[in-house]
Amino acid sequence: MVEELGTTTEGDLIINVGPQHPATHGVLHLVITLNGETIKKVEPHLGYIHRSIEKMCESLTYRQFIYVTSRMDYLSAHINNHACALCVEKGMQIEVPERAQVIRVLMDELTRIASHELWWGAMAMDLGAFTPFFHAFRERETINDIMEETCGARLTMNYMVPGGVMADLHPDFQKRVKAFISLYRSKIKEYDEMLTGNIIFQNRMKGVGYLSPEDAISYGCSGPAARGSGVSCDIRKLYPYEVYNKVQFEEVLETAGDSFARYMVRIREMNQSVSIIEQLIDNIPEGDYQAKTKAVLKLPKGEFYTRVETARGELGVYIVSEGATTPYRIKFRSPGFSNLSALDHMARGSKLGDLVAMMGTLDLVIPDIDR
Amino acid sequence: MWSFSKIANLIHEWLNQTFNPTLATIIEMVIVGIAVIGLFAVLGLVLVIMERKVSAWIQIRLGPNRVGPKGMLQSLADTLKLLVKEAMTPSGSDKFLFNLAPYIAMMVAMLLMAPIAFASNFQMWDLNIGVLYVSAVSSISVISILIAGWASNNKYSLMGAMRSGAQIVSYELSAGLSILAVVVLTGSLNINDIIQSQANGWWIFKGHIPAIIAFIVFITAVTAETNRAPFDLAEAESELTAGFHTEYSGMKFALFFLAEYVNVFIVCAIGATLFLGGWMPFHVGNWQGFNHVMDYIPGSVWFFGKTFFLIFVIMWFRWTFPRLRIDQLLNLEWKYLLPISMFNILLVTAMAILGWHF
Amino acid sequence: MFLVKYIKEVFGAIKSLLVGMRRTLYYFTHHKEIITQQYPDNRETLKLPDRFKGEVVMPHDANNEHRCTGCTACELACPNGTIKVVTKFDITPEGKKKKAIDKLVYHLELCTMCNLCVIACPSDAIVMDQTFEHSVFNRAELTKVLNKPGSKIMDGVE
Repeated sequence: MVEELGTTTEGDLIINVGPQHPATHGVLHLVITLNGETIKKVEPHLGYIHRSIEKMCESLTYRQFIYVTSRMDYLSAHINNHACALCVEKGMQIEVPERAQVIRVLMDELTRIASHELWWGAMAMDLGAFTPFFHAFRERETINDIMEETCGARLTMNYMVPGGVMADLHPDFQKRVKAFISLYRSKIKEYDEMLTGNIIFQNRMKGVGYLSPEDAISYGCSGPAARGSGVSCDIRKLYPYEVYNKVQFEEVLETAGDSFARYMVRIREMNQSVSIIEQLIDNIPEGDYQAKTKAVLKLPKGEFYTRVETARGELGVYIVSEGATTPYRIKFRSPGFSNLSALDHMARGSKLGDLVAMMGTLDLVIPDIDR
Repeated sequence: MWSFSKIANLIHEWLNQTFNPTLATIIEMVIVGIAVIGLFAVLGLVLVIMERKVSAWIQIRLGPNRVGPKGMLQSLADTLKLLVKEAMTPSGSDKFLFNLAPYIAMMVAMLLMAPIAFASNFQMWDLNIGVLYVSAVSSISVISILIAGWASNNKYSLMGAMRSGAQIVSYELSAGLSILAVVVLTGSLNINDIIQSQANGWWIFKGHIPAIIAFIVFITAVTAETNRAPFDLAEAESELTAGFHTEYSGMKFALFFLAEYVNVFIVCAIGATLFLGGWMPFHVGNWQGFNHVMDYIPGSVWFFGKTFFLIFVIMWFRWTFPRLRIDQLLNLEWKYLLPISMFNILLVTAMAILGWHF
Repeated sequence: MFLVKYIKEVFGAIKSLLVGMRRTLYYFTHHKEIITQQYPDNRETLKLPDRFKGEVVMPHDANNEHRCTGCTACELACPNGTIKVVTKFDITPEGKKKKAIDKLVYHLELCTMCNLCVIACPSDAIVMDQTFEHSVFNRAELTKVLNKPGSKIMDGVE
């Protein structure tokens, strides 16, 4: 039985999950070879939402291309923009004012919480519990309102510009964030009541989709998907950017390597993000929110690479510049793509119902995979 | 005071006076048939709007609120839409079986209505093996799901149907055993006898802990038997899109949908009859005044109240719990519910022999 | 003991389920927790933040004057080609030719509300408006001319 995994033989059931399927939350296409209910092979087919974002970026100037990256991993749009802004700043050697750095980190962490909230609800919905989805959206909505007030948009904010942020914080920002934190603290207990402690949920998650630390590294997993296997890979800790080396937070690690470990990593990560926000929200330094930059940015000839920790893992931005106003070549290393590659390995030998649990805990955002 | 049994008797007498007995019986049958179909339609509308409102309030939403007063006519509008929708038959399907399956589902639900006592002396068919009849007929419903899944010629449907087959066949055991607990306590399979035996207290109170265990097992098992979440593996939408009714549309889908809700109503009615005293009012020991007030509430109100409470509990399950996996579902039945209910039936039998119940 | 463990397991499982059910019952009975906004009905009370990026508009004052000099900074800043500045030459009272806008064409259907044009504008001639109900029956209606007919540039804006 076990040696048959990974092959398709006569009599196997081959079903398509996606590109139009309730489980995939987008246009991911999985071709699954089944033996009864047991998964023998999962073959992801990509390309349904490929918009050639990398090529689009090559025709846009260094100020313009940032907004396109919001459309990759739309749930952590801020962090994508942040990565691009960091890369341009690295090339131009722009010193970002401290106020802008703090604002960026605050926004990143708010985005991370919002993304994890949505993941929590959507994953619960995949597992058949509909109610958490709406409850998670209540908290997420508060963050979206904060974003809307300061950045002017709820999902694709385009708030980061090379040299800082586009506008100063809204005067109500601190008040609203504190209100959100108190709401979050009062509601996070319900998450445990509704899902974490639930015996059905635990049975669905524990021991499902095991990923060993070695496999996590060899598949290039990052973010909560790898940290659930005990691989320390938090870019915020390993290669701190902005003010991450000045705040106290712990890198969340779980060692079990199963879906429940990845679930717990994200839940605990939300708490860590809240604690980062709490440390920074009262200590936003005065000063400029944007560094003085030239009107036309021209990166010097060379190659530049930066990476940040998005809600899904490590996002790398690689720019090759020929000294023009537009990048010569741009490449994104998206976390979702690498995490998806581990799905086949994880899913082999488990039941079809487990597939949604694994996909849920990998937190796949399809436009991030396809770009 | 007007009651259902009085009205039924009046109609019966009038018909027998006006027509000859054969014709009267035929007319009565037609009336009963129309009444059942009418009840089906009303139940479908009421239960769908109830489900939507319950889910909405649990999910901090408002739910349907546009059609009619407070959205109460929403399900009527939905039914209209389903009626005018094209009922497609996929080209690769087994046409006869594909179209047959929804009718079997409906037929089973209709047959199950027969022995249910809606009020005192108001019953379609007072047969002496009522409980056995219910558990026997309800197992036919799996056939409709299997036919639907097979005839659709769709892999999702087939998998949903196979899951459903495994599920219903297993959960029938513990549902049967928990029903048996009450049968042992009462000593009768007749639904009316079971209700009469609860005149001085419902079995869930009289039967001590074993009756409560039997009740919990019963509720769990019938939730699984009716394919409701958390046991809705047959139509697990995140895995199998819509399971066995993936290919169904329009009125054929609506019949499955209606059958699901009517089945929920029936199993809850059975649960209310067996454990909560059917149309018997709530009495407390020697409180004569209180008991007298309770007697004033008509039996049909008691019956429907209890039934709808149980329906609410099943809906409450659905909107709280995540779905089980197929192997966990069978584990729950064979490793937990079945041993527990077998042990429980032993306890109940001992209790019934020794006369420990009230 | 196997049996004790088994019974503990069963009770622990039932307890964990009851905890979740208590939470959903709380929401079922507490309707004040409902957060639904009934959007088209609450148009009067709906207040969007000042910074909300709905569409690009060009504010005009009471004399039908705007602040746009026609410098095309917004057109250059726009990543999508949303803005097209059509310039003309006005004759100033001194008899000199002066560059001014004829039309500032704004393609709302292409706009991604990235705000880059607004921050690029040196004379604050265009701003983001809070309107968000943009659906129309004809796609052509989304192509707008931002400067009002007959408008001219404000005095003192260079």
